[in-house]
Amino acid sequence: MSPISRGFRRRREEAPAGRVPPGQYVTADFPVLSAGPTPRTPLTEWSFSIAGGREPKMWTWEQFRMLPTETLTTDIHCVTRWSKLDTVWEGVSLDVLLGAVDYSARYVLAFSDGGYTTNLPVADLLGGKAWVAFGFGGAPLGAEHGGPARLLVPHLYFWKSAKWVRGLRLRDTDEPGFWENYGYHMYGDPWREQRYAGD
Amino acid sequence: MDTLDDAAVDGNAIGGLLIEVFGAEMTTAVGTCGSCGAVSQVAELAVYRPGLGTVVRCRACGAVLMTFVTIRGVICVDLQGLASLTG
Amino acid sequence: MAGTAVRGRLTWATATVGAVSDETAQVRTLRLEVPDWPGHQAGQHLDVRLTADDGYQAERAYSIAAAPGEPLAITVERLDDGEVSPYLTQDARPGDEFEVRGPVGGYFVWEPAFGGPLLLAAGGSGVVPLRAILRHRARTGSAVPVRLLYSSRSWQDVIYSSELDFPPEGVQVIHTLTRSQPPAWTGYARRVDREMLAEVAWPAGAPSPSAGPLAYVCGPTSFVESVAASLVALGYPAERVKTERFGATGQ
Repeated sequence: MSPISRGFRRRREEAPAGRVPPGQYVTADFPVLSAGPTPRTPLTEWSFSIAGGREPKMWTWEQFRMLPTETLTTDIHCVTRWSKLDTVWEGVSLDVLLGAVDYSARYVLAFSDGGYTTNLPVADLLGGKAWVAFGFGGAPLGAEHGGPARLLVPHLYFWKSAKWVRGLRLRDTDEPGFWENYGYHMYGDPWREQRYAGD
Repeated sequence: MDTLDDAAVDGNAIGGLLIEVFGAEMTTAVGTCGSCGAVSQVAELAVYRPGLGTVVRCRACGAVLMTFVTIRGVICVDLQGLASLTG
Repeated sequence: MAGTAVRGRLTWATATVGAVSDETAQVRTLRLEVPDWPGHQAGQHLDVRLTADDGYQAERAYSIAAAPGEPLAITVERLDDGEVSPYLTQDARPGDEFEVRGPVGGYFVWEPAFGGPLLLAAGGSGVVPLRAILRHRARTGSAVPVRLLYSSRSWQDVIYSSELDFPPEGVQVIHTLTRSQPPAWTGYARRVDREMLAEVAWPAGAPSPSAGPLAYVCGPTSFVESVAASLVALGYPAERVKTERFGATGQ
């Protein structure tokens, strides 16, 4: 049994009731959490691709930036327990990107510069729930936060919102990505506190 | 690999974790990268701790050498990126 | 055997806070009492683990500020967005308890037998393990020449300033103050760069992995990367440059 360190407590900030999933605390910071060095892909070399449909589909940065965009305000929840409320993003909806592909797969593996991967059901990318985001807080998304573009899927724990995303691989089965492989939850719903496999 | 990211530390920071996993002081152990063959003491490897786990990378090529994830008190240890780890 | 545990360096031990003293407005030294403390080497650190009354735990590593043989102590810098450092630098008081594991680290250590001359390069709180090395050198009567190049934001941020103002024989302390300097300051007033190291560092001499100057570089990651690269460019063999990166700090 560890001795109690008198007066030490986890961070906790007041948040409107029902706004914050169980076990989370609200922060005004935006912690930079990375599993590797910040990639520096020049925009001239950047592309976003979707593979595993009837035909592969790819957008260069210029083509990507010509797609319709949306601005949204949302809360984000990290499995390390911080939540950040009312974050403002600009991005291209996955409805637009997946809408350009003929496919029947039910799952994706999102992949990023630097080798990071994470898995999601296609259904969680559709219906106005997910974006490839290139703007944060009214400015271009900074490299340390995943710029030039990251996946944004705010209804799931934020490790699913892959930084430096470069594409999706459509698959018929749900295969674990980087963290899921080591025991993080395959789905990751913060409202059901699905942090780890078996939750 | 650009490790000027202040977020990265080095193998010194995980000395305690390595003692817990290996039962011995490991920061002077010598690792060989399975991707590029670079040889380095563990203390000098690039270490990232994004809160979900600990990722140890080759400083020369950026390949992941070791990953440690602790869930419900159990440490998952993945050393597949190393060609060898001695000492 | 149920219920018996062999207490060793691999396990968490309970530390009791002894005296605390403020080094600067952001930095505090805490003396620690650990039963059956096995001793340590200069440059090693402790893992510290705090436990809240709801069972929540947080763990961090802190360099040991004391030389081997001196009462155990850590020096902690308060990070504004920190979770553990605000507790250690503001809330913890004599008699409080937390857990420690260690001593940890076999790489970033110095013993008199390693020789020198020594170049110690400190960025901010990176000075802590280097101060343990300096105190160990003094306690063992080593005559190895030392230059400490110590980068701080301002004079108010210099840790152990009174101790470093009167270095023992054979030790030179060179400060650089990167953000603001006192009036009439004639010392360095910029971040450490290759030019400064060329002036301050011991000449590399004939490169050899087993002779010549030995460098210990500790501080924020970007500081360590930059200084280590400069030393290698000045001819230091990579094996003679030991590094300890503290990640991003208040710097």
